[in-house]
Amino acid sequence: MDTGQYADFAARRCWNLAKVFVEVIAKFTKDGRKVPLIIKWEDGRSFDIDKVTDVRRAASLKAGGQGIRYRCRINGRETYLWLEDDKWFVDSKS
Amino acid sequence: MDRVILHSDLNNFYASVECFYNPEIRDRPVAVCGSQSTRHGIVLAKNLIAKEYGVKAGEAIWEARSKCPGLVVVRPNYMQYLRFSMMVRKIYENYTNLIEAFGIDENWLDVTESTRLFGSGEDIANELRKRIKYELGITASIGVSFNKVFAKLGSDMKKPDATTVISAEDYREKVWPLPASDMIYVGPSTRKKLDNIGINTIGDLACAPPGFLEKHFGQWGRTLWIFANGYDDSPVTPLDFQPCIKGVGNSLTTPRDLCTNDDVKILAYVLADSVAERLRRHHLKGRTVQISIRASDLSFIERQGKLPHYTSTSSEIAEKALEIFSNSWDWSRTIRSFGIRVTNVVMENECGQLSFFDDEKRLRREQLERSIDGIRSRFGHYSVQRAVLLKSSDLNANPVEENVIHPVSFFR
Repeated sequence: MDTGQYADFAARRCWNLAKVFVEVIAKFTKDGRKVPLIIKWEDGRSFDIDKVTDVRRAASLKAGGQGIRYRCRINGRETYLWLEDDKWFVDSKS
Repeated sequence: MDRVILHSDLNNFYASVECFYNPEIRDRPVAVCGSQSTRHGIVLAKNLIAKEYGVKAGEAIWEARSKCPGLVVVRPNYMQYLRFSMMVRKIYENYTNLIEAFGIDENWLDVTESTRLFGSGEDIANELRKRIKYELGITASIGVSFNKVFAKLGSDMKKPDATTVISAEDYREKVWPLPASDMIYVGPSTRKKLDNIGINTIGDLACAPPGFLEKHFGQWGRTLWIFANGYDDSPVTPLDFQPCIKGVGNSLTTPRDLCTNDDVKILAYVLADSVAERLRRHHLKGRTVQISIRASDLSFIERQGKLPHYTSTSSEIAEKALEIFSNSWDWSRTIRSFGIRVTNVVMENECGQLSFFDDEKRLRREQLERSIDGIRSRFGHYSVQRAVLLKSSDLNANPVEENVIHPVSFFR
């Protein structure tokens, strides 16, 4: 079995591939809202967010994270972007 | 009009948060456990799958593992749990301002006035559950009733993610058949006493004559009777969840047994120093001094006494402790361990009764001790010592730093 008490779990922790933290360029509005403008993917590609169609607090069971969820339209497709504390993440489709 | 009280209980709270953040362990038995190396290796919470294997909170990790070989053991992350607790509270605050926390994962909500806006208690409970699940990814069981006691019972009846309504019409059918030990404040020892007088269910308790209960349990008897009949009218008091300090204490098992009054005096000053320093660090003052003595034959006594005013100075605490000690110990045995605790604490800026005569002396003592705190924090604990401690250096110690036991359950 495992060597340490938590070793089994620690090894599995890195298996969570569904939660992908991303770099985001955002606008801070005068009234304190944050509007994401551009998502930068890990491989260097960046995507312009055409429109944010919905903002609400929501959990992502798939990624294992919760926070403010932005429904973003990118090239005509809907995708979700979360802001959890000060980090942005998406749930990967893979 | 009857009140509408909800009691919300987050299901397997610690384990749920861990499973939420780690999707890969969700379909496996999971237990959140303290650290084994500091001797806190017990199960603090488990998920439903682990529960099916019979894993129970409070048992040792090896016990849990023997029942459930594939158990995933996770380290607790209290900051995360506290964060979730706050976020859940934020959701409650959308429905009422009367929220009373009971531990980190339970809350009472008085939504009587909100029913005009949001619908019946059951509707509000269902909406709360939906939102907690949608926004935070964890589940809650909510009891809806007309008093706090039945609301709490309700939240225990269906798990997970369920609403249970106990109304004034049906509480006799729903609540009374339950064992008395399900009710809040009926712990193992009360349950045993109730068993002895032939009271097994909440219904038995409700139908017993209150005078009879009073004879066996004192005032508590009547309180239990009130609870069981649904007459409880205690209000939901707006209360933040805060780990409140009820007392500060230290005890030491000494390298050698204590056998004279002088030994005890030395130790009393060591301990009182530490207790007073910790009181001041938390900006508290206390009024009741308790001493605990474990004799060399392992028998144990505790005695307490009250000071005339609230204090955080070590000399006052030590003197009181020694006074209690001399009244309660006859030296028929030697002492293995000695402890001092100060309870009945208030914040230090709270107003107190002033005295005409000795206030200046007390103030100067307090200032002196604060200066000593300052010196110690710069130059180390042993840089300033009481002369009495030099008499027997083997009994001297610094319990503040050298004798810290971290509680297993940090927020309870």
